[in-house]
Amino acid sequence: MTAISTATNTVMNTPLSSPISLVELQSILPLIVLTLVIVLLMLVIAFRRTHGLTAGCTVVGLLLTLASIPMAMAVDEQQMSLLTVDRYGMFFTLLMLGVALASTLLSWEYLRHRQERNEEFYLLLLLATLGALVLVLANHVVSLLLGMELLGVSLYAMISYPDRGKLPLEAAIKYLVLSGCASAVLLFGFALIYAALGSLSFVGIGERLATSSDNQVLILAGTALVLTGVGFKLSVVPFHMWTPDVYQGAPLPVTGFLATVSKGAIFVVLLRLFMEAQLYQYNTLLITLGVLAVASMLVGNLLALQQQNIKRLLSYSSIAHFGYLLITLVAGGILSGSKFAVEAASYYVVAYVVTTLAAFAVISLLSSNGEDEKEDVADLTGLFWHRPLHAGLLTLALLSMAGIPLTAGFIAKLYVFTSGIEGALWILVGALVLGSAIGIYYYLRVIYVMTLQEDNKVIGGISTKPWLGEAVALSLGVLVLWLGVFPQPLMVYIDKFF
Amino acid sequence: MILVNLILILLVGGVIAWIAERQHPGLPRWIALLVILFDLAYLVAAADLSWDKISVVPNPSEAATWLIHYKAEWIPRFGISFELAMDGLSLLMVVLTLVLGAISVSASWTDIKQRTGFFEANLLWTLAGVLGVFLALDLFLFFLFWEVMLVPMYLIIAIWGHEGKGYASMKFFIFTQVSGLMMLFAILALVVLNQHNTGEYSFSYFDLLGHEVTGDMAYVLMLGFFIAFLVKLPGFPVHTWLPDAHTQAPTAGSVILAGILLKTGAYGLIRFVVPLFPNEAMTFSPIALALGAIGIIYGAILAFGQDDFKRLIAYSSVSHMGFVLLGVFAWNSLALQGAVMQMVAHGLSTAALFMIAGSLQERLHTRDMSKMGGLWQNMPRMGAMAMFFMLASVGLPGLGNFVAEFMVLIGLFKVAPWMAIISALGLIVAAVYSLIMIQRAFQGKPNEGLQLADYGGREMLTMAVMIVGLVWLGLYPQPVLDIAQPVLDGLTSLVDGLAVTLPAAPPELADSSSANQIAGVSQ
Repeated sequence: MTAISTATNTVMNTPLSSPISLVELQSILPLIVLTLVIVLLMLVIAFRRTHGLTAGCTVVGLLLTLASIPMAMAVDEQQMSLLTVDRYGMFFTLLMLGVALASTLLSWEYLRHRQERNEEFYLLLLLATLGALVLVLANHVVSLLLGMELLGVSLYAMISYPDRGKLPLEAAIKYLVLSGCASAVLLFGFALIYAALGSLSFVGIGERLATSSDNQVLILAGTALVLTGVGFKLSVVPFHMWTPDVYQGAPLPVTGFLATVSKGAIFVVLLRLFMEAQLYQYNTLLITLGVLAVASMLVGNLLALQQQNIKRLLSYSSIAHFGYLLITLVAGGILSGSKFAVEAASYYVVAYVVTTLAAFAVISLLSSNGEDEKEDVADLTGLFWHRPLHAGLLTLALLSMAGIPLTAGFIAKLYVFTSGIEGALWILVGALVLGSAIGIYYYLRVIYVMTLQEDNKVIGGISTKPWLGEAVALSLGVLVLWLGVFPQPLMVYIDKFF
Repeated sequence: MILVNLILILLVGGVIAWIAERQHPGLPRWIALLVILFDLAYLVAAADLSWDKISVVPNPSEAATWLIHYKAEWIPRFGISFELAMDGLSLLMVVLTLVLGAISVSASWTDIKQRTGFFEANLLWTLAGVLGVFLALDLFLFFLFWEVMLVPMYLIIAIWGHEGKGYASMKFFIFTQVSGLMMLFAILALVVLNQHNTGEYSFSYFDLLGHEVTGDMAYVLMLGFFIAFLVKLPGFPVHTWLPDAHTQAPTAGSVILAGILLKTGAYGLIRFVVPLFPNEAMTFSPIALALGAIGIIYGAILAFGQDDFKRLIAYSSVSHMGFVLLGVFAWNSLALQGAVMQMVAHGLSTAALFMIAGSLQERLHTRDMSKMGGLWQNMPRMGAMAMFFMLASVGLPGLGNFVAEFMVLIGLFKVAPWMAIISALGLIVAAVYSLIMIQRAFQGKPNEGLQLADYGGREMLTMAVMIVGLVWLGLYPQPVLDIAQPVLDGLTSLVDGLAVTLPAAPPELADSSSANQIAGVSQ
């Protein structure tokens, strides 16, 4: 048995040196296309600095990358030494590219009235997206780290991109230092695991872990470090301290990007590691995840109660949401890696990404006339009456976060509830009920402020109508509703992962 | 499709009313009124509602025996379908909803001056949600309507409410939401456990009636449903949202809240809690009965202590809805009939009282009774109306509320005589607070300087509708009883463990005949 597994491992590890076949190249077409787009965009910027042209090229590039997905999926599932191209990975590639597209348009609306030189921003955005794509396809610790760093380093620059104001700089430094530490911890953790097991591919780690009983201390220490690193990137309690400051300091479209692409992609790769390495068999890990989940749900929701800044409010809310999401992992473990947990987690990620992005899209639309960001809850006073569309969309997004029926967030919550019940995780389900109950209050508070009828129009007229941004926000709103009312197609699709 | 259309008409009507505001601010009211009346007419015309059909005892677990049944696939992944069905009980509730809906539009006629279109739209959407609650028989769909109807109701309180609207609307939403989460947990756990037994997910009421969940788990799930419905009812000790919400809501909002929304809780108890968990509900019934009795006395005493006109009526609602709780958990045909009667009668009488309270506030700009007095002198018509509906709500024989409370007490006496005796005491307190209210507001020395407009044609017509309803229910309640009787027979047979194929089993016969006798007495 051991011999066979070692044999498969060597098979898995050897292709590093073997030449790449044409089919494999075809299957990673989106990565290749995106890389080419980045190079071309760099040249375009070198020749001609125009904001509109750069943004336009970015959009076209992302569309081309999206168009290459069907071609990549035309071939069978490819297991390469660093990447796995399967339905799961491709589905999330699609999601990440969609978010990148929306973020590009929102950034264009946001940046064009603010400062002169915006062209490199799109380069960074594409690089970060490339990192996210590597992450969602990674099946090896090396590609995981590579993707994570590509994403992280681009984000440092994106956060600090505005050339006015101290907050972005502060946020960027905070993120740089803390994220750097987290990456180092993560790297060290994987090194320890490698020292103990001698494999870095997800499947390899799983097999060695199941068969060998040596070096338990190293594995334990390594796992703890890896959990810390991942916990930081996902900002689950107690590794959440950076989140509100960075959310607040970053320019709005970047906050949206960070909250969706960065966190989403890292969770996606974590889920793959969890499934392929069969980590769900280890009770200690599940208990740890359970504790993190409860802490995130309660702390995140409680801290959100007092926030007056909507970006900080959303940051705490996202902490809570990752707490909910962790329930699916624990439930997956109790049910010994059932597909249901993957389905639940995948649906939750989609709902979370779409909803969060919708919220950030609306808020960034409110700030698109080049003034200071409208980020205080009080700035939204009476929004219902002078910008009904924006207020309606924000309400929809908030209701989806609160898990009210007819929205994507409700179906997602349904999945988390069901997986908690399937796994008989009563404490987690209790914390979920409690957390959601607290959550309703602060989401509702924002909605209430928007309904107040006061004459002082805090948010005034706009010089040019941000119709592109509005189109993005509107389509995200429609998607939130669509996923909430007709979830069946997506359910069937994600049912077949792994 | 009839049932789907019923809901759709209201939804689309809401959108039309909203848009119509651009033409003229008064137009949305007419549209809302016409939409509701059209919906009512459509129900009568399209649904084949002959007495022969209604008098058939439906088998609760067999859709074909219901009056109307509609089912369409929705999310087959979890066995969720778009399933609506109507039996006598839901028919009564739907008619009540639409009638009170029309009345609430009338209540909003002069009360709402700003953003009339959006107001009427929210009103119609709330009604649509309530109809959904009364008609949905897929538990997922039921929960969906249960939650979604809150959003427009929340907006009605939060936007058009009075001075403390922020606090009140938030409290209303959070109470219902949190209890709703418990119900969601109970629904999902029931579905999952049922799936473990049968191998298939299904949210259909008809499939879940036969679930085999037992023991402590079933008890916990029953509590999940019970708490959600108790909050909505509202029952002691989770009633505290109601006085705030009612007091701060605009008049039409109060009418809908008291008249219809509270009934969804009562309906849920009858439709889901007891039929789904008969054994557990029966084990639990002493506690539920005690909560009902406490609610009756406690609500009445608190009503006695209020200075705020609307708050007084709100607490009296807590008291009166206690009878519904008693009627449901006594679970015999007579008491259940009483509970259903109470739902209808209380809906009418409280709606009228809230309308009067709203008119007073509109004219006096206060709800404080210590600042009123002698209003009968200024507004004799309104005074007479207030007197009539207060007497109705106290339970004057010959009016609907009397029949309802009397039947509940008789039914309860068979099961828990002491509880019935204690609850009957609540009627005395009710008489005290009602008469004091009339005395403080309408009698005494009039304030000479006041020039107040008495009720005009629109108000009197609305009041007349409710008077006719209450008198009819009081003098000849048989039609209502006949509509509800078969359904209740079917439901009680679930608990008694009788074969459902024998609708006319002896105990029911005895019960229904005594129900007839009572009806005869009050004639």
